[in-house]
Amino acid sequence: MEWLARLGRSGLSFSARLGRANLLMLGMLRGLPQLIRRPRLLLEQLLSVGVLTVLIIAVSGVFVGMVLGLQGYYILSRFGAEATLGVMVAASLVRELGPVVTALLFAGRAGSALSAEIGLMKATEQLSGLEMMAVNPEHRVLTPRLVAGILSMPLLAAMFSMLGVYGGWFVGVGLLGVDEGTYWAQMQSQIDWYEDVVNGVIKSVVFGVVCTWIAIFQGYDCVPTSEGVSRATTRTVVHSSLAVLGLDFVLTALMFN
Amino acid sequence: MPKTRQIEILVGAFMAAGFLALFFLAMQVSNLGTVHTGDSYKVLARFDNIGGLKVKSPVTMAGVEVGRVLDIYYDAEDFRAVAVLGIYSQYDRIPDDTFAKILTAGLLGEQYIGLDPGGSEDLLKEGSEIAVTQSALVLEEVIGQFIYGKAQEGAN
Repeated sequence: MEWLARLGRSGLSFSARLGRANLLMLGMLRGLPQLIRRPRLLLEQLLSVGVLTVLIIAVSGVFVGMVLGLQGYYILSRFGAEATLGVMVAASLVRELGPVVTALLFAGRAGSALSAEIGLMKATEQLSGLEMMAVNPEHRVLTPRLVAGILSMPLLAAMFSMLGVYGGWFVGVGLLGVDEGTYWAQMQSQIDWYEDVVNGVIKSVVFGVVCTWIAIFQGYDCVPTSEGVSRATTRTVVHSSLAVLGLDFVLTALMFN
Repeated sequence: MPKTRQIEILVGAFMAAGFLALFFLAMQVSNLGTVHTGDSYKVLARFDNIGGLKVKSPVTMAGVEVGRVLDIYYDAEDFRAVAVLGIYSQYDRIPDDTFAKILTAGLLGEQYIGLDPGGSEDLLKEGSEIAVTQSALVLEEVIGQFIYGKAQEGAN
């Protein structure tokens, strides 16, 4: 009997959490008109969520591209198809690796910071303080962070893909001797703007919404103790990564079938 | 915490870099920079077999791309495939007895339509039809013919 009750309890708490997450999203969306009147709030969040994430994105982008160049050359040269190295590097970056790896890094770098910050605000009762002053903390604190996350993700993913293409170019053309013209020309003739690039951008926007939403919700919903904040941070990274990988499969199946 | 001005500059640089990367993906990586956006006129060409020709395959003349395949359908009346070619309007001086054949780029590459100009005074225009065509080379048929020829030789 006990295990049945436990199952029911966990099911109920899961539904309750899902409901709270949706209500939180609704509350944050209601704060949008206020954000338009005060764009300064967004600016600060773009700095911490977007600008400070650029470095890790850029470095991983270049290295992922370089590895793609090496591995791709190794496989393709077996079939005498080194000429398509550019296509391989660009397609895998623009379609998959750009949005997905950026989202994973974003969850680790910006998502965990968001959770910890909001969780600490809750633990130190800053959010309650705002409410006491008749300021809605969802609108004032959370909405700018959500919008900053959604805006930053596609831009970061585009930077990742661009630097990855140059990383592959550096290894393929610079070190392994693939022809420069072939690298770019094959890429341009095979990669489609709508089919490949725009779908990749849509993916990264979706990941931006999911990662930021999870990070903010975990911070806002945490147990207001130091242990609770640390748990919320961990859960942000784990849940975001799982959500990104799972959603990526669904989106890929919908877009590229 | 840095000053507002500094934040503004940093965020501005971040946004600019992001959009620059998107622009780079559009122009340098994808085909947006090479896609032809001008007007085109439609010409029909009937083939016995189109092989691996696809919509959006290039139409070339002397190796230069002069159009794209817009549509492919099967005509149940004369049992042939019809390819609708969109020829870019700047190439409006193509004789109407032009010869269209389906060619393959490389041994196993993608298929495209090559146009060989005829000698006629009249020109192709919207809706006209190319009379002389040559079907795609289907590898199995060629091999089949080769084996058949060899067998004939052996019989003699």
